[in-house]
Amino acid sequence: MAYSDKLVDHYENPRNVGAMEKGSEDVGTGLVGAPACGDVMKLQIKVTEDGIIEDAKFKTFGCGSAIASSSLVTEWVKGKTLDEAGEIKNTHIADELALPPVKIHCSVLAEDAIKAAITDYKTKRGKKAAE
Amino acid sequence: MMNQAIYLDHNATTPVLPQVVEAMGEALAFCGNGSSVHRAGRLANARLENAREQVASLMGARSSDIIFTSGGTEANNLALRGTGRERLVISSVEHDSIWQVSEDALVIPVDNSGIVDLQVLEEALRDVGEQMIVSVMAANNETGVIQPIAKIAEIAKSHGALVHCDAVQALGKVTLNLKAWGVDLASISAHKIGGPQGVGALVRYNGDLQLNPLLRGGGQERGNRAGTENLSGIVGFGIAAEALASNLSQLEEIKALRDGLESRINQLDATVKIFGKGAERLPNTSCFTMPGVLNETQVMAFDLAGIMISAGSACSSGKVQSSHVLKAMGVAKEEAETAIRVSFGRGNTEADVDKFIKTWSGLYGRLNVSEQRAVSAA
Amino acid sequence: MPNTVTLKKREMPIYLDYQATTPADPRVVEAMLPYFSEKFGNPHSSSHAYGWEAEEAVEKARAQIASLIGADPKEIIITSGATESNNLALKGVASFYKEKKNHIITVVTEHKCVLDTCRHLEQEGFDVTYLSVQENGLIDLKQLEEAMTDKTLMVSIMAVNNEIGVIQPIKEIGAMCRARKIFFHTDAAQAAGKIPLDVNEMNIDLMSISGHKLYAPMGIGALFVRKRPRVRLHASINGGGQERGMRSGTLPTPLCVGLGEACELAEKELGAETERLRMLRDKFYDKITCGLKETYLNGDFENRVPGNLNISFAYVEGEGLMMGIKDLCVSSGSACTSASLEPSYVLRALGVEEELAHTSLRIGIGRFTTEEEVTYAADRIIAEVTRLRELSPLWEMAQEGIDIKSIEWAEH
Repeated sequence: MAYSDKLVDHYENPRNVGAMEKGSEDVGTGLVGAPACGDVMKLQIKVTEDGIIEDAKFKTFGCGSAIASSSLVTEWVKGKTLDEAGEIKNTHIADELALPPVKIHCSVLAEDAIKAAITDYKTKRGKKAAE
Repeated sequence: MMNQAIYLDHNATTPVLPQVVEAMGEALAFCGNGSSVHRAGRLANARLENAREQVASLMGARSSDIIFTSGGTEANNLALRGTGRERLVISSVEHDSIWQVSEDALVIPVDNSGIVDLQVLEEALRDVGEQMIVSVMAANNETGVIQPIAKIAEIAKSHGALVHCDAVQALGKVTLNLKAWGVDLASISAHKIGGPQGVGALVRYNGDLQLNPLLRGGGQERGNRAGTENLSGIVGFGIAAEALASNLSQLEEIKALRDGLESRINQLDATVKIFGKGAERLPNTSCFTMPGVLNETQVMAFDLAGIMISAGSACSSGKVQSSHVLKAMGVAKEEAETAIRVSFGRGNTEADVDKFIKTWSGLYGRLNVSEQRAVSAA
Repeated sequence: MPNTVTLKKREMPIYLDYQATTPADPRVVEAMLPYFSEKFGNPHSSSHAYGWEAEEAVEKARAQIASLIGADPKEIIITSGATESNNLALKGVASFYKEKKNHIITVVTEHKCVLDTCRHLEQEGFDVTYLSVQENGLIDLKQLEEAMTDKTLMVSIMAVNNEIGVIQPIKEIGAMCRARKIFFHTDAAQAAGKIPLDVNEMNIDLMSISGHKLYAPMGIGALFVRKRPRVRLHASINGGGQERGMRSGTLPTPLCVGLGEACELAEKELGAETERLRMLRDKFYDKITCGLKETYLNGDFENRVPGNLNISFAYVEGEGLMMGIKDLCVSSGSACTSASLEPSYVLRALGVEEELAHTSLRIGIGRFTTEEEVTYAADRIIAEVTRLRELSPLWEMAQEGIDIKSIEWAEH
């Protein structure tokens, strides 16, 4: 199993590591995976009033591919609208990092993390609108 | 004495090629288990896979169909026990490692020159019914007689049987097209081709064939053979396999040595019997009698003269037993007990033949005369 | 500071995986080399000097192997490795005595090749009891006693575990088996040459040995089969009738010589080596526990071979950690299974929770490990675990006082 340079770079120099204020209403948080399965991703997005993702942060418990996948998507979602970000597919991630077949599930998890963060943000906004 | 020793027992084992020793020395100095995922493990695995490709290329098989084993004997055991085919059909001249696995096997006789009787095979297969595996060696270890594997496979296939071929002794001494001939499984061994002892392979030409492993455990060799792979041995096997591809010209020289020896022996005494002479044989092997002189006496005398030959196969050390191969060819016990095997290989020269002939005729003259005297005195 | 060596400067990674395989000792290789070239005979060629010379070498090796475990050379069957030895011991004995007894006792933490073979024997009609282990990885002798019946043919329990290095109470097990006329087989692949073993004192009837776990090459091993009281078995590889009919096939002379030499070296150096490894192991472990919070040792500390540590680094996934310490060769499970993503069944058997099992590394040190390597490795692991914990959402939660178990995780 040889890993691509891009993957190794994201693993060794992960982008956008950190946390945002969970309670803040312009922040959406996605927490996916499970410790018992060996990977957990937390992806957070900060969204502007016009629905653009202006910042993203992540933390991941998992193998190198999981860490790299989540680091990559924080870069990708920045500057995108929520709809655009929602269109990121696991296959794009897997291709970009040249994930070996046994690691495809890491890219799936990263896609799930984006979706979960978007849903969380929308739920919060929906609640606010309803108030 | 050892320095001038003449080795004429290449069918028992061959000297390891220098480039093989070198590669193995290097592999032995390296530490890594091919199943580990860290760098040392991956490097070990890369070496294993490289050797697998070298062996596959020699055998005309896919590298994924090379199952490394601890040698020819294990490969033969795996072939016969692993397919789940209950009806075994073998020839009467198979190696012990086939023979001993095949208690209830149907045994197909050979003719006087040692070749499997195809007509009997055809009829037998018709009667046996389904679930058969036919196992016939490509060439015999004692006589060098080559079997018509393509024809045997054709007959076997027409009756739905699987075909296994023990190619241990034939490999490197004659052209093998096992895949084209329709063979499903073939056994090979490294130490017969200048590789190390302790490593062999079962080649699976029939990719659909699922094998039931003899050794269970960590799932190595795609689940067909558990156990940490013999890394240095397999690396050596790969190098030896690669070296074989380029030594075809040597075979001509070896055949010339063998043929020269046989004609000189026959000139000395026309009553000497050379077994399988009428058949197609391996170019390096000769099995012949010294009329009236026990082979035990001969090997001892040759050993004292620094010439290493054997009285048959090298497997069962110490056991003095007359050859089942010669018996199957219709040779009387008394005659079989006077037969020795000479097998040439890399490094043998015309001078070796000269020395052999000199020793042979000296011994024969001495013993034959004295034994005849003993007979007439009695 | 001696540990100024950087990742880039190291050409080969530091090898800390001695339970997966050991490098061949150069003295072993040297002993082997002549048998590849000028002494290349087939040990079964009884008709000439090359054959005799090879046979003599094989018999010397057999005596060296026997001496290491207090056996008679005639009781040593040479095989291609411990997997074959374990297969032969279990299947061979089971097949020979199946009409009389049909129950086998083993342990859930055995090596795969023992467990797989036992499962196969179950399909053939044998009853197999898989004993569980205590939290420290050791079996409960009372449980063993309760499992024994008059149908019990054999007990197969490893001397030393390959993942967690714990030493089972072999002598006690042997005594219990002998008293009940039950055969005792022990897989000593990880034990031979690492701890003192005596087949008579320990009442062992069958013992598997692996070459490449004791500084001999891969592809060679041995099975001790007791002569008195006699243990009989059916061969699994048939043919020329070598090894008293129990294992056919040409014996690989150089490999036999290598195993013999390795056994002799191990016997001579066992005491000094044990002490040195214990010192290195303790140094490593002290550094780790001082440098990192929340690390957990898996398996008993006292009853353990000195060359093994198995540590869970909570909140940091083992595979991810291994990628960060590429200049160290360590294992995140046994080498046979670590290509799969399942957490180790051995750790699970100790009751280590799955999330913690995912965070464990096996560190194996041995004859050629230096103090400098151990220091460097500990520093690298501490640095990498610290970095990855900063990346870990679980570590973050733990710092915030959130109980990870209180979260409803979507299992996938």
